[in-house]
Amino acid sequence: MKSLLPGAERPVVQFEHVGMRYGLGPEVLSDVSFRIAPHSFQFLTGPSGAGKTTLLRLILLSVRPTRGTVAIFGEEVSGISSEKLTLLRRRMGVVFQDFRLLDHLTTYENVALPLRVQGRSESGYRGEVVELLRWVGLGERMHALPPLLSGGEKQRAAIARALIARPDLLLADEPTGNVDPALGRRLLRLFLELNKLGTSVIIATHDFGIMDAVNARRMVLNAGRLRIEE
Amino acid sequence: MSIAAKARARAAAAFPTDPTLPANLRRNAPLVPTDTAAGRSLAAVIAILTFLAGLCAGAAEMVATNAAQWQSSVAQEVTIQVRPGPGRDVDADVAKAEAIAKQEPGVARTRIFSKSESERLLEPWLGSGLDLSDLPVPRLIALRMSGDRVDLGSLRTKLVAALPGVASLDDHALWLQRLSTAASAFVGAGIGLVVLVLVATGLAVTFATRGAMAGNKEVVDVLHFVGAGDDYIARAFQARFFGLGLRGGGIGAACAILAFVIAGLVTGSASSGPAGQEIEALFGAFHIGWRGFFSIALIGGIASLVTGAVSRLTVRRYLG
Ligand SMILES: Nc1ncnc2c1ncn2[C@@H]1O[C@H](COP(=O)(O)OP(=O)(O)OP(=O)(O)O)[C@@H](O)[C@H]1O
Ligand SMILES: [Mg+2]
Repeated sequence: MKSLLPGAERPVVQFEHVGMRYGLGPEVLSDVSFRIAPHSFQFLTGPSGAGKTTLLRLILLSVRPTRGTVAIFGEEVSGISSEKLTLLRRRMGVVFQDFRLLDHLTTYENVALPLRVQGRSESGYRGEVVELLRWVGLGERMHALPPLLSGGEKQRAAIARALIARPDLLLADEPTGNVDPALGRRLLRLFLELNKLGTSVIIATHDFGIMDAVNARRMVLNAGRLRIEE
Repeated sequence: MSIAAKARARAAAAFPTDPTLPANLRRNAPLVPTDTAAGRSLAAVIAILTFLAGLCAGAAEMVATNAAQWQSSVAQEVTIQVRPGPGRDVDADVAKAEAIAKQEPGVARTRIFSKSESERLLEPWLGSGLDLSDLPVPRLIALRMSGDRVDLGSLRTKLVAALPGVASLDDHALWLQRLSTAASAFVGAGIGLVVLVLVATGLAVTFATRGAMAGNKEVVDVLHFVGAGDDYIARAFQARFFGLGLRGGGIGAACAILAFVIAGLVTGSASSGPAGQEIEALFGAFHIGWRGFFSIALIGGIASLVTGAVSRLTVRRYLG
């Protein structure tokens, strides 16, 4: 289907009646349908265990739905090839709730990773990486290995890694959970800035402090059901 | 403009720009952790296997070289046997045979074994206290040929014509053929062992790679999430295992070469004594030459290449 309006682009993410369970366990998500528009900004919230992380993992294609269909960047993901999957993932940035930094690489190397795996040369991206590290307040911690970083420092390194390649879609799972409110607001500003440059942003959070600071769509998960507050 | 630059422009100059990077910043560490206990044991296994393969190759090389030397020196020796017959004068027959041999082109020297010398040659078989004067002991004439490949056909014909049923020519052809067969069998077995050891290296690397994949599952996941393709990840593992293979193969090959050098020195210094001469007579010179050292080094290199290729294949199959 072709749209005649240039503004009405394909949704970045589209879920249709998605159900998801882990193994033989209970259904974590049931009948979830929504769209994420290009350039949009939204929060994903709900009580602990509601399935926020699971929903983000479905978008990231690290788990597959048990029912319904998921389309990412207009691409239906069932039976997608591993080459296509790699290309889709290069358009996404992820901040994991548990950071997932590589412990044997320095903060600098961790943040540079998305650029490095695209085959870009180190001298070509060095300036960018250092600049972003300084912006998130890790300018002095570039050499440090992740096990030596504080929780908040790890979180900022994880955020920097998700932003560095300027993805089309940013998924952030509790990105302000380990930092003080002032730093939290500054990180939020970084997400907003990225959004202004055209990235669709989904932030999973319990933090009403940052949710109230932005007038954005809220997707509320509760007992596996999704409700959207515009 | 990068997003950070734009954001910072808005956030005023609270963060001073300092484009200089710390000089000692580590920038491109291997994506797969290298210096682990598992990695070191794999390098040790590869080193041991390469060492064994190097010993096999060196021994095969040594046998091949020595066999060639024996063959060329033996091929230059030809013997005429003169059998005593009833009613014949052996000494006259021997002199006649020698005269025929001397006229033949290609014969450099002749030497007649006297009756007592011929009898002494039989001593190891018959014992020393025996009186052999009544026995028809054949007499020998040793001929040294001037070249390797002299046509002995005409000499043989002439001898048979002049002394029918009495003189015969022995060019050791049968013995040489046996020696050559034994040497080729030994060299073939050596090559077979080298191939077996390389296969064993490949299998060891397969298991080690599977272990490393399982142990680095988190790394593999993260690399996938930041947009690395399977091939990129396979290359990262290959690089790591190639490094380990290079280390193991290098150490193993160096040890094998060292072993041959030391063995050469030891037998060299002992060959002045009678034991050394015995050893040298049995095994030839304990020396494998440049070709031998080169094949051992080559085996080390092949072991590293096998390691890299096998790990890459294993990763591709694991991911795919
Ligand atoms: N790998 C897994 N295997 C089995 N069950 C899982 C797995 N991951 C999550 N769950 C279950 O799925 C449900 C939703 O988990 P999820 O992590 O998505 O919640 P969440 O909304 O992110 O919670 P939180 O706010 O605490 O991070 C939980 O009941 C959890 O126990
Ligand atoms: Mg969660």
